[in-house]
Amino acid sequence: MTKQAKTMFEKVWEAHEVAPETADTPAILYIDLHLTHEVTSPQAFAELKSRGIKLRRPDLTLATMDHSTPTRTEQVFGGVPISIDSAAKQIAQLERNAAEFGVELLGLQNELRGIVHIIGPELGVTQPGKTIVCGDSHTSTHGAFGALAFGIGTTEVSHVFATQCILQRKPKTFAIDIKNRLPIGVTAKDLILSIIGKVGVSGGTGHVLEYRGDAIRALSMEERMTVCNMSIEAGARAGMIAPDQTTYDYLKNTPRVPKGDAWEAALERWRRLPSDPGAVFSKSVEIDAATLEPMVTYGTNPGMVAPVSGSVPVRPGDAVFDQALAYMGLRAGEPIANVPVNVVFIGSCTNGRLSDLRQAAKVLQGHKVAKGVHMLVVPGSQQVKKDAEAEGLHKIFIDAGADWRESGCSMCLGMNGDTVAKGQYSVSTSNRNFEGRQGIGARTLLASPETAAASAIRGRVTDPRQIIG
Amino acid sequence: MQAIKTIRSCTVVMPATNIDTDQIIPGRFLTTTTKQGLGAQLFADWRYDADGKAIPSFVLNQPAAKGCRVLVAGRNFGCGSSREHAPWALLDFGFQAVISTEIADIFRNNSLKNGLLPIVIDEQAHAWLVANPGAEVSIDLQSNALTMPNGERVSFTVEAFARYCLLNGVDEMGFLLQRDDAIAAYEARTQRT
Repeated sequence: MTKQAKTMFEKVWEAHEVAPETADTPAILYIDLHLTHEVTSPQAFAELKSRGIKLRRPDLTLATMDHSTPTRTEQVFGGVPISIDSAAKQIAQLERNAAEFGVELLGLQNELRGIVHIIGPELGVTQPGKTIVCGDSHTSTHGAFGALAFGIGTTEVSHVFATQCILQRKPKTFAIDIKNRLPIGVTAKDLILSIIGKVGVSGGTGHVLEYRGDAIRALSMEERMTVCNMSIEAGARAGMIAPDQTTYDYLKNTPRVPKGDAWEAALERWRRLPSDPGAVFSKSVEIDAATLEPMVTYGTNPGMVAPVSGSVPVRPGDAVFDQALAYMGLRAGEPIANVPVNVVFIGSCTNGRLSDLRQAAKVLQGHKVAKGVHMLVVPGSQQVKKDAEAEGLHKIFIDAGADWRESGCSMCLGMNGDTVAKGQYSVSTSNRNFEGRQGIGARTLLASPETAAASAIRGRVTDPRQIIG
Repeated sequence: MQAIKTIRSCTVVMPATNIDTDQIIPGRFLTTTTKQGLGAQLFADWRYDADGKAIPSFVLNQPAAKGCRVLVAGRNFGCGSSREHAPWALLDFGFQAVISTEIADIFRNNSLKNGLLPIVIDEQAHAWLVANPGAEVSIDLQSNALTMPNGERVSFTVEAFARYCLLNGVDEMGFLLQRDDAIAAYEARTQRT
């Protein structure tokens, strides 16, 4: 008897059904790892308190702080008060909640602290085949390991705290097939921006993406995380990549993976996860990696994206498009490489890992940040910071005139003191160019670390291939 | 949670597509540790100028918007960040339903869990509502129908279990807690104990 061919998503989903969905009720889905942070957890802990219930599985829960934490060393370690009072209170609230409910907290001064989506993989708690949730839409990042990982709201955070389960309708599947290889000088960030440009910002709504094909196989784990991270910007709550030797090599030396015989047993399980030949996806799209170029966004959502060598498109009669360009202070038809730059931000859960810092440093080495440009480099975790400093990357950034900070979400979202001023142009390696995302009136252009670093040198949006050749 | 059966109200129209949760409630207001009071900051950067004064041209600042509990918005409303502060802010301001042709997944889930009705209707009916701001509509969750001012009924669907919870004023947490035996059995069966 032949078994029905299944997608990786279906395998992971079915293995976590406490109860399958019916016409009347969603599935009850068991969660293997619940990551939590200071911003989306306080109201969920309060809900448990009001009901007088405990956390069901503190051992499957890991807390850290990243969104509202300062990045200035003196505020993290030097005893200088956190400048935003409500942020300081929120951080203190998580400390109290974690202690009260017995949750492991990688707190402000912990050497393992970092952006929640950077530290999960770094510690090895992110593993193939797991279900992973967090009150943060970029939880899709962990799908790079073949986990089913998605963002949830605070009410769902309280559900997982109390029962280790959530109620979910089964999403559809969407194969994103990337054939051939990315050209030299074109990065994983350029790939995902191209995918969002093609699929659209709501093209993935109701679906779990699976990124497949030769170009995906050739990516490192850190690059795969960059791709999966922005699945939500295409409307998909989750994006997955099948685990392979690249995955196992990355995880093997992380501190919290199974060891010895348990590692071998895990490998055997993980090798059965990839989608079966002939598995059917609800829909699919094919993209030729060889045709892609470095990409930059010009508008106010991540789907408004064009090659750095190209121009702002012309769309007569589109009022929403016109409004986006007015906010950005750009004209239809204007070359993108002409746009002036005031701020460059390297960091975030999209591009705050060691390889991102290495790539930015490679472009920046021997150059200076252009006069009038503020460049901020924020490692994704304290471990990334330590590793970067061991390689001397921080010296390259500091010598060029950039700011080198403690880890956190920082300038990706203007809620921790790191902001872009009104009307200023920011070339940012983060994930959202929404109006006001980086500060009131801030104009964000999303790009790769290479493009961001090149733009810092020239003071204008710049194709990094012009600097590194 | 209070049971919701019908909503009868005038509409406020925000026709832009892809209105993200950063617009609904900007990130700098997320350092709160409660759900209350976020209505004052709803659409803050579209609603107030740099001095904190109301911008008269913004739809929520216009006299006609006062008391309207139904927001009609462009396609893909609520995209972006998972912040549940977005439905909290809309509810705190006084909205009880959002109507669009497409609503982002996480925002839709978050809304249903707080009693804000996310309603997806066909493009034709939506276009009429966009062209006629302030129209009096009636939303009946029991019959899954939106009644237009001319009496025409437009159907919508709300996920069955969420609908049951909304109609009966029960919350999902209670349902999950009652499944403790099944959860414990799953943990035992899969060696997750």
